Amino acid sequence: MSKLDAKIPEGPIDKKWTNHKNNIKLVAPANKRLIDVIVVGTGLAGGSAAASLAEMGYNVKAFCFQDSPRRAHSIAAQGGINAAKNYQNDGDSTYRLFYDTVKGGDYRSREANVYRLAEVSANIIDQCVAQGVPFAREYGGLLDNRSFGGVQVSRTFYAKGQTGQQLLLGAYSAMSRQIGKGKIKMYNRHEMMDVVLVDGKARGIIARNLISGEIERHSAHAVVIASGGYGNVFFLSTNAMGSNTSAAWKIHKKGAYFANPCFTQIHPTCIPVSGEHQSKLTLMSESLRNDGRIWVPKDLEAAKAIREGKLKPTELKEEERDYYLERRYPAFGNLVPRDVASRAAKERCDEGYGVNATGEAVYLDFAAAIERYGKEEALVHGHDANNHQIVVKLGTAVIKAKYGNLFQMYEKIVDQDPYTTPMMIYPAVHYTMGGVWVDYNLMTTIPGCYAAGEANFSDHGANRLGASALMQGLGDGYFVLPYTIGDYLADDIRTGPISTDSPEFEEAENDVKKQLEFFVNNNGTKSVDYFHKRLGKVMWNNVGMSRNEKGLKEAVSEIRAIRDAFWKEVRVPGEVNELNQELEKASRVADFLELGELFAMDALNRNESCGGHFREESVEVGGEQDGEALRDDKNFAFVSAWEYTGNIAESKLHKEELKYENIELKQRSYK
Amino acid sequence: MNLTLKVWRQKNADANGSIETYPISGVSTDMSFLEMLDVLNEQLINTGKEPVAFDHDCREGICGSCSLYINGQAHGPSREITTCQLHMRSFNDGDTITIEPWRAAGFPVVKDLVTDRGSFDRIMNAGGFVSVNTSGNTIDANAVPVPKADADEAFDAATCIGCGACVATCKNASAMLFVSAKVSQLALLPQGKVEAADRVMNMVHQMDEEGFGNCTNTGACEVECPKGISLDNIARMNREYLSASFTNK
Repeated sequence: MSKLDAKIPEGPIDKKWTNHKNNIKLVAPANKRLIDVIVVGTGLAGGSAAASLAEMGYNVKAFCFQDSPRRAHSIAAQGGINAAKNYQNDGDSTYRLFYDTVKGGDYRSREANVYRLAEVSANIIDQCVAQGVPFAREYGGLLDNRSFGGVQVSRTFYAKGQTGQQLLLGAYSAMSRQIGKGKIKMYNRHEMMDVVLVDGKARGIIARNLISGEIERHSAHAVVIASGGYGNVFFLSTNAMGSNTSAAWKIHKKGAYFANPCFTQIHPTCIPVSGEHQSKLTLMSESLRNDGRIWVPKDLEAAKAIREGKLKPTELKEEERDYYLERRYPAFGNLVPRDVASRAAKERCDEGYGVNATGEAVYLDFAAAIERYGKEEALVHGHDANNHQIVVKLGTAVIKAKYGNLFQMYEKIVDQDPYTTPMMIYPAVHYTMGGVWVDYNLMTTIPGCYAAGEANFSDHGANRLGASALMQGLGDGYFVLPYTIGDYLADDIRTGPISTDSPEFEEAENDVKKQLEFFVNNNGTKSVDYFHKRLGKVMWNNVGMSRNEKGLKEAVSEIRAIRDAFWKEVRVPGEVNELNQELEKASRVADFLELGELFAMDALNRNESCGGHFREESVEVGGEQDGEALRDDKNFAFVSAWEYTGNIAESKLHKEELKYENIELKQRSYK
Repeated sequence: MNLTLKVWRQKNADANGSIETYPISGVSTDMSFLEMLDVLNEQLINTGKEPVAFDHDCREGICGSCSLYINGQAHGPSREITTCQLHMRSFNDGDTITIEPWRAAGFPVVKDLVTDRGSFDRIMNAGGFVSVNTSGNTIDANAVPVPKADADEAFDAATCIGCGACVATCKNASAMLFVSAKVSQLALLPQGKVEAADRVMNMVHQMDEEGFGNCTNTGACEVECPKGISLDNIARMNREYLSASFTNK
């Protein structure tokens, strides 16, 4: 148990962070120059951490596998970033953001961390504006906000549908400034292959130069992992093709506990799968649910006719449609949280009401919104509000102004016009709340090894609210880690440079080389993708939106079988000493094949339904909540932290009890 | 659909490259262009050949990784999209498609269709930022109002994804659209104005160092830009540069 000390500071929740900052050790400016820090990943968390640490005076070495730090997948975040600024004077506060986040996470996150996140959130906006991030503004020149994810205030700052891009480019420009000054040494197209521990402390990494294939040793006094989430274990997800779990998984295998791997967010509004060739899924922003109504046909025959192309959705009358979210959740309607909306879509499709050829899609319909906005516009501009044609024309223009880029994206992919026929959507894997276990200082169970952003587990519990991922990434990188890392590094001011000529570096390097050589010499018959797709299918079918004991047990054994086959039969063409994209994929998929098993084991162990984790054995029976998820606080109010023991099947479970001192545990009801 | 692909193959930066021809069958119109290449690579791997290397990541048009020159056009035939957003329904059964990497002195080929765009990073390192520390001790975000029109214009410039299509398209391999987008974004905002003169001088200097050509107002960059970055930004950068060169010491 001693290793799982979360190191939560004493005192009332709103004083913890300030007290902690006042009491932790500092490193004097002259000494910071003597200390090296490695940052792996250059998304919002890694990029902001690298820039901040370099500004403070540390020597930073930053690594990304892409050809530039600007391409990290944070760039693809659409909707916005939350901050408790209360600019709209609608009653927002640090406490309210804290409360919403803990409740949204279905009471499986750590109170102290979430409060701190809410506390630093306002500063993030100040910082980004100072960097030149062009947030949306009102005509008076002040910042605009929008509402997100069913919360009752407007606290989301945004830059059209490209908020992640603008924030990442802000962090990237802060990095660029430090790279130009020589304070960050940037390693583009480099992949971390392993972490190196010396005397039990993280002292460096082994990296592969992806252009030359060379294996390199890099030492540092601390290592920060900010390599994002592991959604690609499902093969199909909204993650970028290169997003992977390898950095997080490598530190797990060297001693960092992995927390809540089964907590995955399946986002309700994505473009459905069209065929076997599909390589990734595309998100349609949650903001669309403000104006779109979700439905399937009421009648099974009608659904069948639509699937066969004999009937068009626009031919169905209002009373022939089942607006199932509005029916089941009258209080929140189409704006229920993501986990609830996703499960409801799956339920309808499983019952046979799905609407595209695969039977796995529901409609997101803007006709009502077009009509409503059109009437309003017609009245404002003195047109005939009863003329259907005029109303549709005016309403379409309003929708276009709000969501034009998303509609265009949809049309490019699906080849249908969403202004005249409803969009088809289906849930897809989007974000992983689970990740490397960290304490309040963001340190893992390996001394000197930190995890930030989506790579750690700490802030979102079992379900993340919209517009909170960007907040957490930048909060960790700009405002938390730069302070907390000093507490550890203060003991390292006399250590001097870490040599890479030690047996520990040699051993790690040899292990990496051995595995790479194995892949190119394996002479198998099947491609890496073949195995990755098989893994993804098992994960989606058995460890996806709805899970049960039998399916999870099957998944564990199937994943093992796929992993065995992978090592025997995988074929990786080309050489180690060159740019070899298949070799990169092979190393990543090898890690996904291990993580997948732990993921299923964790889901099996957590016999309760909470947030994105739904166990069919744990549902409400009878009453108003009949059929809804049933959380079990008595037995499962803990963080599952898994220790690697050399064999995934024998991973050891440690529990961090979650104490709620400031928020009362309640059922999440959206009825 | 059945297609014939003519693909640039080049072992590494030092090797000579050439066009190889590959027939491909069973391509569905729903596939994205990159998924079609996935199918080609799967075929090549299964027949013991080396797959084609190409840059790609987000596959939703925002990371700026993908960078293919398709039938003589950056990012292929459609307007305002990246290669990953191009779908096979834009082609016909029996078509021959030629696929090449970006070609510019500033973007040397690394392998097959992969180029080195590190020059863009170095231009950014020279001045593509506001010199403000990430301490959080800045003024409140609403302390300085910014006219909506300026903020919107800055945003439009800031949507550049750094893919390099502008350079690949330009007959002079000029990087002016890329550089001017960043110069404009920051010059339009009060936060960036403070060091606007130094910024434009430093970024243009680095741009020249990297071997990019000059702008001769052809406008091809604007046409091929997947984000529709406007040529007006180049005009603004020229103004900024001119005034900076008079006032800078």
